[in-house]
Amino acid sequence: MSASDLSIAQPHPQGADAIQKIGLSLAALGLLVLLVAMAGVTFEQRTLFLSIALGGILVGTVVYASRKYMTQPAGIKNNGVMHKQLTNRGVFGWMIGIFLTGFYVLLYWFPYLFGTGDKTNTGLVALFDPLSNFLNGGKADEYFVYGSVYSLAVLSLGIKFMLKYRNNRYQFTRTLVVILIQLSFAYVIPEILKSLQRPDASFEMDIKNFWPLKFDFFDGDNLNAMRKNGGLGMLFLVAGVLGFTVLAPIITYFTGKRWYCSWVCGCGGLAETAGDSFRQLSSKKLVAWKIERWLIYSVLIFVVIMTAGVLYTYFSGKGEGVSGPLRSAYGFMIGSIFSGVIGVGFYPLMGNRVWCRFGCPMAAYIGLVQRFKSRFRITTNGGQCISCGNCSTYCEQGIDVRWYAQRGQNIVRSSCVGCGICSAVCPRGVLKLENGPEQGRINEDPLLIGLLKQNKD
Amino acid sequence: MAHIVIIGNGISGVTCARLVRKRSDDEITIISSETEHFYARTALMYIYMGHMKYEHTKPYEDNFWKKNNITLVHQYVEKVDAKNKNVTLKNGNSIQYDKLVLACGSKSNVPDIQGKDLLGIQSLYNYQDLQNMEINTKGVKNAVILGGGLIGIEMAEMLLSRNIHVTMLVREVAYWGGILPEEEAKMIGRHIAEHHIDLLLGSELSEIIGNKSGSVKAVKTKKGETIPCEFVGIAIGVGPNVSFLKDSGIEIDRGVLINDHFETNIPDIFAVGDCAQFKEPPAGRKPIEQVWYTGRMHAETLAKTLLGKRTRYQPGPWFNSAKFLDIEYQTYGDVPVKINEDEKGFYWEHDNRKISFRARYHAATGRLLGVNTFGMRLRHGVLENWILNKQNIEYVLSHLADANFDPEFFRTYEEEIIRKFNKENNTQLKTVKKSWKRLLQILNL
Ligand SMILES: Cc1cc2nc3c(=O)[nH]c(=O)nc-3n(C[C@H](O)[C@H](O)[C@H](O)COP(=O)(O)OP(=O)(O)OC[C@H]3O[C@@H](n4cnc5c(N)ncnc54)[C@H](O)[C@@H]3O)c2cc1C
Ligand code: SF4
Ligand code: SF4
Repeated sequence: MSASDLSIAQPHPQGADAIQKIGLSLAALGLLVLLVAMAGVTFEQRTLFLSIALGGILVGTVVYASRKYMTQPAGIKNNGVMHKQLTNRGVFGWMIGIFLTGFYVLLYWFPYLFGTGDKTNTGLVALFDPLSNFLNGGKADEYFVYGSVYSLAVLSLGIKFMLKYRNNRYQFTRTLVVILIQLSFAYVIPEILKSLQRPDASFEMDIKNFWPLKFDFFDGDNLNAMRKNGGLGMLFLVAGVLGFTVLAPIITYFTGKRWYCSWVCGCGGLAETAGDSFRQLSSKKLVAWKIERWLIYSVLIFVVIMTAGVLYTYFSGKGEGVSGPLRSAYGFMIGSIFSGVIGVGFYPLMGNRVWCRFGCPMAAYIGLVQRFKSRFRITTNGGQCISCGNCSTYCEQGIDVRWYAQRGQNIVRSSCVGCGICSAVCPRGVLKLENGPEQGRINEDPLLIGLLKQNKD
Repeated sequence: MAHIVIIGNGISGVTCARLVRKRSDDEITIISSETEHFYARTALMYIYMGHMKYEHTKPYEDNFWKKNNITLVHQYVEKVDAKNKNVTLKNGNSIQYDKLVLACGSKSNVPDIQGKDLLGIQSLYNYQDLQNMEINTKGVKNAVILGGGLIGIEMAEMLLSRNIHVTMLVREVAYWGGILPEEEAKMIGRHIAEHHIDLLLGSELSEIIGNKSGSVKAVKTKKGETIPCEFVGIAIGVGPNVSFLKDSGIEIDRGVLINDHFETNIPDIFAVGDCAQFKEPPAGRKPIEQVWYTGRMHAETLAKTLLGKRTRYQPGPWFNSAKFLDIEYQTYGDVPVKINEDEKGFYWEHDNRKISFRARYHAATGRLLGVNTFGMRLRHGVLENWILNKQNIEYVLSHLADANFDPEFFRTYEEEIIRKFNKENNTQLKTVKKSWKRLLQILNL
């Protein structure tokens, strides 16, 4: 009799076992409640059904993931990624892509379908009334629903991520932080603070969401709302300005842009947790890199011009005819279509960082700092690379990491979000994300280690 | 303008072509029969396990070769005619060369036992092997791997990913016993068991038994055990792939015989990588070294000669790395199983995590000779520097933080390691914090 006959937990299960199926069923039940509500059904016992929905998804995911990963020795878990429908642009992948895309289209352009009402809510939004009431004392709207579901995705799939990468303390720590920041700064704290705002002058209170990612920060309405809200408004105004002018470049100098893109940002948080299964789908082609640079810097220039126009109009009262349409165009094309519909909807088709890679002006801005004035780099370990390609394949930013690693060159790229997955999946310990002196950081014509000096020149 | 013809598009052939192209506009042709483009053989396992697809394993995009004016010929070379300086291809064409580089790699060793030609038996070296493995393992429940080296453990991991039960037959009494000291071998053995692989140590194959349709049914060991299985993976090593050169006049022993300039007995014919055998290997090195890095380093050196600066091969300290299921392994310098009398060894292993550190040093001077680590990454440049500069073991252990290459936030073990050394040697060494200043100096940045 072999050892595996005796074991309860087969370390290499093929399909899902009974406990995993229970987990999946719970999550499916939760999703079902949300879908029924979305179809327009207004539940009577909302607290109960909302608990089933959110609890089912959270508990179900955690049960499934811990059963899946904790029964195997810790390590890299990429078996079958290229064979599965979901993770290899198969039928599942397309279905989820279409579902997510559709969800964002409804959210941005047909919000009334979710059931937000003037006096009373119906359907999905009504389902979230108890939670909204608990946090901010008011009724829910579609953005509260969106924020809740978003945070739930980061939380539950973040826990799954932590179990999956439990062999790697960088991944574990980073994900714990991104989950906590999403839940607190992006969700609970703003909801609680809402009740302190003047009802006629409300502004969004995610304090770590800086311009230019938060492109409407300098909108006249937003500035006025902050000004009308006394100390609270002042705090957010000052934090918002200092955040992108001082804080972001300074921290990026010390740690690279990863502190924001992979540890703090909400978009990054969702990409790293909910989007983890799709990171291998980013294109590594040179032409994709070319498109990336054109697009992302165009968006950066666009947001700067748009904001300059908006501010000019705000202070001078002139030029509304130009700055207004510019602002609307940006909001529609970049804010909604690019960052939302494409950014998340296309996870299963183009990878989990489509927005961060091709569109995000914040990533572009601190990426420039990272490239030209920062202590961060991914160090290549001498001559140890075997050119296997795991690093490039799993780089969500489409960086051809191997191209550098196999010639012994450090990776210093503006687009690297410092997720650390390349280093995690490398089977030969070749890559290390680290902050160090600028001297020797960029070794453009590296000497591969292995040959003696006399042999090198 | 000379015409350089290279046989083999593996790491050694391709490195040679790339480096020559960088500094010269000689005509370059690579002839290779396995795949049209260069791919990383080291990643074969990941294709089977679904971590990557074949295209992910190609280090250069397909248009790279044209862009760099390197001609690729996807053909098998049947014959080298050294007198007339041409090679004959399987399709009957022949190609004239001025300089010929043999970079034709290895082929798998085949055991000489009864039943070796049954269906469902194979080794793993090239892309065709991988394709066969897809077919041969379809529907298989039990597999036996013969041999416990690096390719053996990779094959085992591949099979596990398809939920196939694996039994490994290893001749030595400890896992990879010829290379790994006992403690490490045991640790890896425990990890193998954790993955529910049956590791049969000290056992040899006597016969492979087939069924009526000519497929594998079971294997029989010399001890008389019969293990039912529908697949047998052969992983008993590789040898230079040189049979097609038999009548060429090129001197051959096990591999193509070369001097320390990669020159064969025939002018303008060179050999690099797995297929090459040094008549006199560099100090402390083996005549044939079949790893990725040496192929690359051979080619880096030969490229200089081809560019007109005749260069001798001078490798630095030996290094290598591998992964045993979930445990990474790195080695620098020499750490043989048995050490000489004038040498000492130091070994530390974590109580329950599978992490270890071993150093071998000269007893009288303390000079570091080599290091093995499992589950711990070290900085190549630092280790190379320490070994080359005959750094003292006491210095090495107290400055281990300089060499640490684990990802950020990982636990560090320098304290534990030094505590054990102090206890065993009655010393009072203390760990010294990592210093970037020292590192920049050591790494020459
Ligand atoms: C599964 C596996 C895993 C490995 N993992 C590692 C590892 O982790 N680390 C490591 O250091 N090494 C590893 N190795 C060893 C490493 O891959 C080899 O040392 C290296 O690939 C040798 O490179 P090469 O260029 O000399 O030869 P090859 O890569 O063998 O290339 C030679 C090419 O020439 C072609 N060829 C041969 N004869 C002819 C002919 N007559 N006509 C036309 N074409 C011909 C062959 O088809 C082949 O494609 C591994 C090997 C295998 C098989
Ligand atoms: S290079 Fe590495 S750390 Fe940077 S984004 Fe890609 S995978 Fe993440
Ligand atoms: S994963 Fe590691 S060994 Fe493989 S190509 Fe990347 S750096 Fe090299």
